[in-house]
Amino acid sequence: MRELRASLVMILAIGLLFGLIYPLVMTGISQLAFPWQANGSLLRQGGRVVGSALVAQRFRGPTYFHPRPSAVGYAANGSGASNLAPTNRLLIAHVRRRAERWQLRLGNKQAVPFGLVTSSASGLDPDISPAAARYQAPMVARSRHLPLHLIDRLIARHIQEPLLGILGRPVVNVLELNLALDRLSAAQKASGG
Amino acid sequence: MPAAHVAELVIYFGIVLLLMVPLGRYMARVYQGEVWLARWLGPLERILYKVAGVDPAAEQPWYRYAAQLLVFQLVSGLGLYAILRLQQFLPLNPQRLGPLPPAVAFNTAVSFLTNTNWQAYSGEAQLSYFSQMALIVQQFVSPAVGLAVAVALFRGIARQSSKTIGNFYRDLVRGLLYVLLPLVIPFALLLSWQGVPQSLAPYHPVTTVQGQVQQIPGGPAAAMTSIMMIGSNGGGYFGANNADPLENPSALSNLIVWVMILLVPFATVFTYGEMVGSRRQAWTIFAVMLTVLLAGFALTWNSSRAVGPRLAALPVRSSSGNMVGVEERFGPFLSSLYLPATTGVSNGSVNSAFDSANPVAGMVALADLMLGCITPGGDGAGMYGILFHVLFIVFLAGLMVGRTPEFLGKKISIREAKLVMIGLLITPVAILLLAAPAAVLPASLASVSNPGPHGLSQILYAYSSGVANNGSAFGGFGAALPYSAIMVGVAMFLGRYLIILPALAIAGSLAAKTSAPVTAGTLPTSGWMFGLLLLSSVLVVAGLSFFPALALGPVAEHFALWAGQLFPLH
Repeated sequence: MRELRASLVMILAIGLLFGLIYPLVMTGISQLAFPWQANGSLLRQGGRVVGSALVAQRFRGPTYFHPRPSAVGYAANGSGASNLAPTNRLLIAHVRRRAERWQLRLGNKQAVPFGLVTSSASGLDPDISPAAARYQAPMVARSRHLPLHLIDRLIARHIQEPLLGILGRPVVNVLELNLALDRLSAAQKASGG
Repeated sequence: MPAAHVAELVIYFGIVLLLMVPLGRYMARVYQGEVWLARWLGPLERILYKVAGVDPAAEQPWYRYAAQLLVFQLVSGLGLYAILRLQQFLPLNPQRLGPLPPAVAFNTAVSFLTNTNWQAYSGEAQLSYFSQMALIVQQFVSPAVGLAVAVALFRGIARQSSKTIGNFYRDLVRGLLYVLLPLVIPFALLLSWQGVPQSLAPYHPVTTVQGQVQQIPGGPAAAMTSIMMIGSNGGGYFGANNADPLENPSALSNLIVWVMILLVPFATVFTYGEMVGSRRQAWTIFAVMLTVLLAGFALTWNSSRAVGPRLAALPVRSSSGNMVGVEERFGPFLSSLYLPATTGVSNGSVNSAFDSANPVAGMVALADLMLGCITPGGDGAGMYGILFHVLFIVFLAGLMVGRTPEFLGKKISIREAKLVMIGLLITPVAILLLAAPAAVLPASLASVSNPGPHGLSQILYAYSSGVANNGSAFGGFGAALPYSAIMVGVAMFLGRYLIILPALAIAGSLAAKTSAPVTAGTLPTSGWMFGLLLLSSVLVVAGLSFFPALALGPVAEHFALWAGQLFPLH
């Protein structure tokens, strides 16, 4: 009986300390020190929250850069992968269909960057490779009636290089790139270009 | 390998190598001496003993230690099961979620009790905040229990003619307050700084640029991720675990969580060296663990750098390697580096989708689990796991040279040898006996999501992950279906307690012995010769047990992939 009581009291006390006080204290410090990150890294455009810098969102049509395909329909609260095995016939069919669709969009027979035809592990991958961004540039330039070199320059400015040139690999954040693209279009219109 | 990758490896491993020895020695002081942190947390420690009515100075024989551990686990487990079944009547349930189904609740309670964190439930859709908090509590308790068992075994090896091996509650509480707590706080803040949410706010509904509605998650994700990594738990706040950009946002956060996976497991090796007074042996054991880890990485990276001929034949640029189920910010390289760490430790978090990994990469993960997750293994669990192999080799080598086997001066008798065999064989026996019926029964096959040999790999992986208390999965496997939920639950239970009990029994039996002086005829238990013997024990026990099963699963899939064979066949 004494054993049972000790166990029960111990787990309740540990529960109070580590299940309640610990997360609360961490929340307090994070909210003070890193409020933007601690609240989901939300991005605004024109005063309106349009998404999280860390979460891919769906972009359709030729006027925006597209993120990688998502196995979960870009559901931010339900991340997940396709979990298709490398020998699964469905995987090959999916990749082929996506590649063909890209070639149709671009109107050429160029080989498609692999990231654009494969779903990521989270289904929310916010990044594409610089090559995948440059691949989409002609489509975006044409539909927005902007010169290609401006789009290429925009991409170059949005490449996040590896930390210290070592850690990780260069990526482009799709949402940030698209928001900058909208600003670029607006500026061009304003200057009568 | 490009220079940047070499530099990356140096940084990743360098940080762990720099931190592990001081941390290991500090941990030895936590369990057998005093630490400066006790000046601040000492009152809290004493309050915990006082309210629970335990005397931390009362030393226990092994069976009392084990009994107290089991009663504590039973009470915690039943409590957790009750919370998951009754969450609709409990506070902090704003979405008015109903109870978890019985099979899934049983699976989840065992899963978090045993440091496995196999996730048959869907956190976002099925668990109230209160239930999530109950899981976080077990994420602290289960590694503390693992460390307690490990240090009890270390004491058993170190002590001379002693009837006792320590006090369970003292080891538990000191592990929580002086090892886990001071580590999780700075790491939680680092993760939060990198972008992992840490709030009390509900999910934030957002209308995207093109008008989609997204629910951006909030909640105490950084706090949970921190203990999930430090405590070799692996059960994530989000569905995609450490592949989710909100849980592992950047290349820097990936470095941080990778270090967190390996830190305490490797440090425990040096805690052992301090407590048994043989730093040389600690380095030998470390070298064996590191060898398996590096070999696993080399195989994984080599396999992930290419895609099969059927994918390569499509009009795509696949030369940089397999990106299916891989995040752009990590790529095949950092995903390959993560895989053998999370499966070598019984961590089980993932930063890529293992189900879509190439067959050899998937087999490395599977093989790590089949070794019992001992390279370097979970918090505490890795060290007591590999000590079974150490004792096994001492016994075997002793028999071969015709001398009484001795380990650090203590004679290894039939009783210890029998206990060692239980601890060594439970992993292969439980995995194979549970996976065999699962591979034929229709109720189990409903969980399988991929056709062909990969389907068998999914089943093998589920039970190996359960028995090894790892918790990673081939994610397509339907873990929530009743048969799989219950049987994987059984796997996790067997894999935890049928190793803990013999470990404590060995601790008790070794503590009672006296060391004889080492002579020229004693088998040295450190150095490269012993390291090689230990490595072969680790590999041969698993190799002999699992080769047929691996041949039918990942090996068959490997040859099919490179022959361009897809499944289903037509």
